[in-house]
Order: sequence, then structure tokens, then C-alpha cells
Amino acid sequence: MNWISLTKKLTFVLLLLSTHHFTFAKEEQDIKELIFHHISDSHEWHLATIDEAHITIPLPIILYTENGLDVFMSNAFHHATTVEVEHEGEEVEALKLTRDKATYYMTHDKIFLEEHEALLLDFSITKNVASMLISVLLLAITFTYIGSQYRKTGVNTAPKGVQSFFEPIITFVRDDIAKEIIGPKYEKYVPYLLTVFFFIWFNNMLGLMPGAANVTGNIAVTFTLAIFTWIITTVTANKNYWGHIFAPPGVPAWLLPIMVPVELIGIFTKPFSLMIRLFANITAGHIIILSLIALIFIFDSVFVAAASVPFAIIMNCLELFVAILQAYVFTLLTAMYFGSAIEEHH
Amino acid sequence: MDLVTPELGLIFWQTVIFILLLVVLGRFAWKPILQGLRERESSIASALKSAEEAKVQMAKITSDNEKLLDEARAEKDDILKKATQTAKKMVEEAKDDAKKEANRIVEEARQAIENEKKAALSEIKKQVASLSLEIAEKVLQKKLADEPSQKALVEDLLKDTNLN
Repeated sequence: MNWISLTKKLTFVLLLLSTHHFTFAKEEQDIKELIFHHISDSHEWHLATIDEAHITIPLPIILYTENGLDVFMSNAFHHATTVEVEHEGEEVEALKLTRDKATYYMTHDKIFLEEHEALLLDFSITKNVASMLISVLLLAITFTYIGSQYRKTGVNTAPKGVQSFFEPIITFVRDDIAKEIIGPKYEKYVPYLLTVFFFIWFNNMLGLMPGAANVTGNIAVTFTLAIFTWIITTVTANKNYWGHIFAPPGVPAWLLPIMVPVELIGIFTKPFSLMIRLFANITAGHIIILSLIALIFIFDSVFVAAASVPFAIIMNCLELFVAILQAYVFTLLTAMYFGSAIEEHH
Repeated sequence: MDLVTPELGLIFWQTVIFILLLVVLGRFAWKPILQGLRERESSIASALKSAEEAKVQMAKITSDNEKLLDEARAEKDDILKKATQTAKKMVEEAKDDAKKEANRIVEEARQAIENEKKAALSEIKKQVASLSLEIAEKVLQKKLADEPSQKALVEDLLKDTNLN
């Protein structure tokens, strides 16, 4: 019951915050853009718009150009001028910001230079990075606190409070994911699996908060997580794993020119599927909730809310479940790849 | 920002943040947690095991006690039975002995009487014989005191000899 009431409250706040935002975006094209803006990364943290006034948290922009590092806050763009400029073969409206080291243009949160060939690396602390930092801080505080509980009280007392909430989840990841799937040599993988599981879960949950970033629904984030899994799989893989790729047992020699490339591609398709699955699931959930709410503004009628709000609430509840489910799926598949990498010949 | 194009900056920051998270959690969270869990599990397992052992021990002690009691009871019964038997046997033996002794005494008495009787009889026989000899001597002295009677006897003896 607690969770449901919490979700209701969350949805209500989300609706309140979104309402003003949507009122300026009645056109379908605008709504599409708005939804994409919500699920995309940004250089500033937009919380709400009240009567044309944007409430945002400025974030640091870190750019590396031929002239070296350039660090400034994103609200510098508030004083920028709007100009027409060519970007990726199109004339687009962009904000033009002239600074000592270079002149930057920004459209749809993408920063570029006038000369497209010039070097520009964007290491900004974007909304996703900031949100990730918050989640990581939360993770670090929560689990180092739990760790200290084990150190302090030893093992002779029953777990208490937050420790007793997370302990079954930790043992689930250890016993039902790592031990069950990887096999006897599971222990060295447990810290990584636990970190991945809780990182994804925490970020999924934080992503459901109103005004929050869509961290785990960002392809760069899922890409990086998949790369970590891929690197660990490849580095710890044994002879048997490579043997299955370059000399699949029981395959006739004339099939090898086909099988070996297929197996080689397989090395990369596994993490690729990890990347896409998490990204698509989380992004889709966000798009559905936003679309349901946007329906009110597309039809320009408050009565649509009678149907779309309950649906949005149901979706939000579902997303709470999807948050842990996708964390579980990612961890489970990661464990399976680790398991296949260290599987012994049988 | 494009939806399906990974941003370099985000990849960079996530790599840094995630490695830091792995290190921090690995050192300060997972290590003590997993170690604590392992210790607790092994302590629970050993506690359960020792409880089971204690149960078995208790059962063994109880059954030992029972067995001891049974043995003691059986021994008591045995001792009682044996004692009764011994007592009976002793009485029986005593009776037997007494009877035997009595018989023996009676037998001895009879023997003694018999012996006395025999001795007395032989004494009497001796006395009778010596008396008879004395009497015969006296008779013969009287009968053969004169010449004619002596001659008559010789005659008689000779006559007998002739006949033989």
C-alpha cells in the first residue's frame, strides 16, 4: 500500500510539473520534441517551467578544443544570441556564444563549432552525468553504511533497518545469479554483478522521479555498461571459450569459414543486445508515460485526464517493476556471459 | 542530442564514475558485506550442526541411561533370584547333610551294637567251650579211675580199630 500511495504522489507531482511545460507545446511536432527533450541528455537540469520562466539548475560545461580546455556554466548560454547556422547539412536555429577560446553554437543541447572539421570534445557534466553522480553518491553512502554495519555489529546480530532490506537482495544476486549461473568460480564476479545490479536499479528508480534524468535510458550509459561486461568476459575467458569460437567442436572443416565469423560476431552481439535491451526498455517506459500525459494537451481537454492519468499511474507502477526487472535481466545475462567465458570443457 | 548515438562525454564520465564506484563499493561495501554474510552463514551452519550433534548426544545419553537402568534392574532381579536359589539350596543341603549325618550315626550305632553282639557271643562260645572241657575232664577222671574201666575202654577202642 505504501508503494502505491508513493507512486500516486510521484505521478501527481510529475503531472503538476509537466502541466505548465506542456501548455506551450500543443502542436504534435512540439510534443514529440518535448518528449524527446525529456528523455535526452541536456546541458542544464530543467525542473519546470512556470509562466514562461524556466526553472533550471545550471551545470558545468567542459569543452576541449584546439585552444585547450574551456570550462563554464551552462547558464552562460542564457545570454547567447539566436542565429541561423549550418549544422549537419541543414540550416538550424542555434544559440551563439562567443568566448575567449572559441565561438560555440548550441542546438538541441548539441554544442558545435562553425568549422565542422575542428576538434571539439564535449566532456560536460550534463544532466545525466549529474544524475549519475547523485545516484553513485546514494549507492556509495547506502552500501558503505551497510558494509560498516557488518563490520561493527559482526555477524552475531540479526540485520537491522536498511541492512535487512538489502541483505536478501544481495544474497539473491550472489546465490541465484552468480553462484547458480557462473558455477564454482563465481566469487570474483560477485562485486561487479552487485555493482551493476544496484547501479542500474538505483538509476532506473531515480529516472522515475519527476524532473529526473533518463540515465539508464541513454545509449551511452548502457553502451558503457555493456563494454564493461564485454571487457570482463573477454579478459577472463579461458581456452575453452576461445576454442568454441575458433574451432567449434563437432563442426565439419568446410563449415568453419562460415562458423568462425559467426562466432566472432557473436562476441559482440551479446553486449550489443545488453546495451539495446536496457536502453529500449527504460526509454520506452518514459515515452509511454509522457505520451499518456501529453494526450491531455493534444486533445486540449481536461477530461482526457480521466483516462490517461489512471493509465499513467498503472504505467508508473509497471515501471517501478521494470526498474528492478531490467536490473535483474542485465545482471543475469552478464552472469551468463561470464559463465560461458569460464565454462570448463565437458 | 541524438537518441541512439552514444555521446563521448557521457561515456567518458560514466567510465570514470563506474570504475570509482566499483572500487569504492568493492572495498568498503561488498567486501565487508560478503565476508559478513559468509561468516554468518558458516556460524549458523556450525550452530545448527552442533545443535544436531547435541541432540544426538542427548538421545544417546538418554538411551544409555535407559540401558543402564534396564541393566541394573535385570541385575537386581538376577541377584535376587540367585540369592533365593542359594538360600533354598543351602537349606536343602543342610537338610541333606543332617539326614546323612543322622543316617551315618544310626548306621555306626548299629555297627557298634553288631560288633558288641559278636564279641559277646564269641566270649560266650569261648566260656562254654572251656566249661565243657572242664566238665568232660572231670567226667573222664571219674569214669577212668579204676583199672577195669580203663581196660574196657582200650578194648572198645581196639574193637573199633579192627572194624576199620
